[in-house]
Amino acid sequence: MAVEVKEFLPITQRHEDLGLSDELVLQMYYHLLLSRRLDERCWILQRQGRVPFHISGIAHEGIGVGAAYALRRGFDIVHPYYRDLALSIALGMRPIEFMLALFGKKGDPHSAARQLPSHFSLRHLNIISGSSPVATQVPQAAGIALAEVLKQKLRPFLEAAGFPVSQEMRVVLTTTGEGSTSEGDFHEALNWAGIYRLPLVVLVHNNQYAISVPVWKQMAVPRVADRAAAYGVHGIVCDGSNVLEVYRVVREAVDRARAGEGTTLVEAVTYRWTPHSSDDDDRTYRTREEVERGKRHDPLPRFRDYLYRRSLLTQRLEEELEEQVQAEVDEAQRLAEEMPYPDPEEALASVFATEDRSGWWGQS
Amino acid sequence: MPEKTLIEAIREAIDEEMARDPRVFVVGEDVGPRGGVFRATMGLWQKYGEWRVIDSPLAELSIVAIGIGAALNGFRPICEIQFADFIHPAFNQIVNEAARFFYRSGGVYNVPMVIRSPYGGGISGGLYHSQSVEAFFAHVPGLKVVIPSNPYDAKGLLKAAIRDPNPVLFFEPKKGYRLIKGEVPDGDYIVPIGPAKVTREGSDLTVFAYGMMHYYVLQAAEMVAKEGIDVEVVDLRTLAPVDKATILSSIKKTGKALIVYEDNLTLGYGAEVAAILAEEGFEYLDGPVMRLGGPDVPGVPFSPPMQDFFMPNPQKIAEAIRRLARY
Ligand SMILES: Cc1ncc(C[n+]2csc(CCOP(=O)(O)OP(=O)(O)O)c2C)c(N)n1
Ligand SMILES: [Mg+2]
Repeated sequence: MAVEVKEFLPITQRHEDLGLSDELVLQMYYHLLLSRRLDERCWILQRQGRVPFHISGIAHEGIGVGAAYALRRGFDIVHPYYRDLALSIALGMRPIEFMLALFGKKGDPHSAARQLPSHFSLRHLNIISGSSPVATQVPQAAGIALAEVLKQKLRPFLEAAGFPVSQEMRVVLTTTGEGSTSEGDFHEALNWAGIYRLPLVVLVHNNQYAISVPVWKQMAVPRVADRAAAYGVHGIVCDGSNVLEVYRVVREAVDRARAGEGTTLVEAVTYRWTPHSSDDDDRTYRTREEVERGKRHDPLPRFRDYLYRRSLLTQRLEEELEEQVQAEVDEAQRLAEEMPYPDPEEALASVFATEDRSGWWGQS
Repeated sequence: MPEKTLIEAIREAIDEEMARDPRVFVVGEDVGPRGGVFRATMGLWQKYGEWRVIDSPLAELSIVAIGIGAALNGFRPICEIQFADFIHPAFNQIVNEAARFFYRSGGVYNVPMVIRSPYGGGISGGLYHSQSVEAFFAHVPGLKVVIPSNPYDAKGLLKAAIRDPNPVLFFEPKKGYRLIKGEVPDGDYIVPIGPAKVTREGSDLTVFAYGMMHYYVLQAAEMVAKEGIDVEVVDLRTLAPVDKATILSSIKKTGKALIVYEDNLTLGYGAEVAAILAEEGFEYLDGPVMRLGGPDVPGVPFSPPMQDFFMPNPQKIAEAIRRLARY
């Protein structure tokens, strides 16, 4: 497959300056590509009427992949939102785990096929279940982070009672959209984050729209990150379609958080050129010209171009990766289609827990 | 056994659970050095320190959301909402989040937390310091809703709530905090969440109640006993999940039911008890299922005569019992 000719801004930093190996940046590319191809397939399946609904992470992959690599994966805790297909993939979600949710099939590991797809929840990857009401995860993430502070403060008491505390704090990453920063939940969360210098990174995907409403109707300040000042937390803007830039900025935020220096509000800017979801028709609120211009924010060709320029990607390797990714997506779709639906009565299960399985204790 | 007030029993339960389990902490407005506006956490900040008795910012939705997060991460938060009237900003976090977490994660993420809040009128609190909010939450699967009527149950039920792996709303009849006294053992015991309790045996009719109204119902039952009406009283204690078996076995015995609650009458908790009786107790009924509740107005008014007009009391309950007994 040839490189698509697209207009984009070149990536100017160098991965080795950020402490990333050649191998890691190729892995990042693979995760970016896998998320994109999986996402495109979901749109096709929805348009074919084979699945009821898709909400896409296209144009958000640079943010997700950059952020995932900035975390201590498997140790840090993530409370994401519905645009985080790429984040979840880069944290270790397999395509089949997404497809089962997309089809609402038995074995969906996120919600046992109860929630809409893209409501990521995978305990073994420290990804915490989110709901559909926007921004509710942000103050919860503050609570998860507060628990990390409490663990350090109360270590002797907890350990004496059989609850081992890790040497360092887990950092909590939560994400939301720029429109959702208008919710009271967001404000209250950052207020706590500032007061208690929580080990928290609040990563806002600014894709310029909340369904149809543009940013300037959402806030009077020019940048989401400007809101940080009001809470005494760090605020920074980055280019969400430059995966290396996102990595750098989130990495700094994560390091700061782990060091006890508090929360960072990261605004990662991109442009959502798909409709909000498969139920939306974006022709009702914006021009096609604007959408075409927005595609300059595509993280995929930018990163591909970078890897070519750094001689890490060749035509041959690119084609191999495409084939591998297509095969993985095909296989995930096939398995999900073959899988039966849950028994109807499973709707009655797990209303109340009978045992406690909460918490992240110990582990280095 | 030593006699204690309702608020003392609640404080004792929190104190003992905090001593027993370092994962238990309190978070809410003024809970720290002040010990809570009703003194439920008096002395606990001094005893356990600022990391286990956390004065929250004045923001209810995040008191609950912080609790949810801490619970997910292994702690046992006790969130205090200063008055039940102020729980509404946290409604979304309770109803959409805490209640649904376990179900929506396919049984993976449980949220072991308690939300305590004083409720109820008759204390000159006006519209916004008198509300009863239990029916909103008892409607939501995934939440347990508990209301103690006496110090013994308050201590045992609160301990059970703190140890429960699910979100539990624990509403306390604030008028009874110092008024209601009873014997409370020192040291550990549990009153399980779930079972209602027959608190007075009788044969003519059953009155179902909880919280402050249960206290008044017992008084009303004594009043009418002198007139020869033999009342059975059931303290519901746990509103969700409801104890149908105890409700039905009592109606089987007496055949007549009155439900008393201080919430607005329409769609208050008594409506559900009435529905259970109509659906599953029909064969045992010898009279109409009756409810006595507050009038359907938007709040308990401040002015004393209007407040008294709103609130059920032993006299009004006795009158309702007499009406029902005539059938
Ligand atoms: C509390 C709440 N209100 C409304 C909605 C409906 N809704 C879903 S997504 C959305 C827009 C969110 O925009 P933004 O936060 O910018 O995130 P994006 O979808 O652009 O990534 C709205 C209004 C919702 N899910 N939750
Ligand atoms: Mg947006």
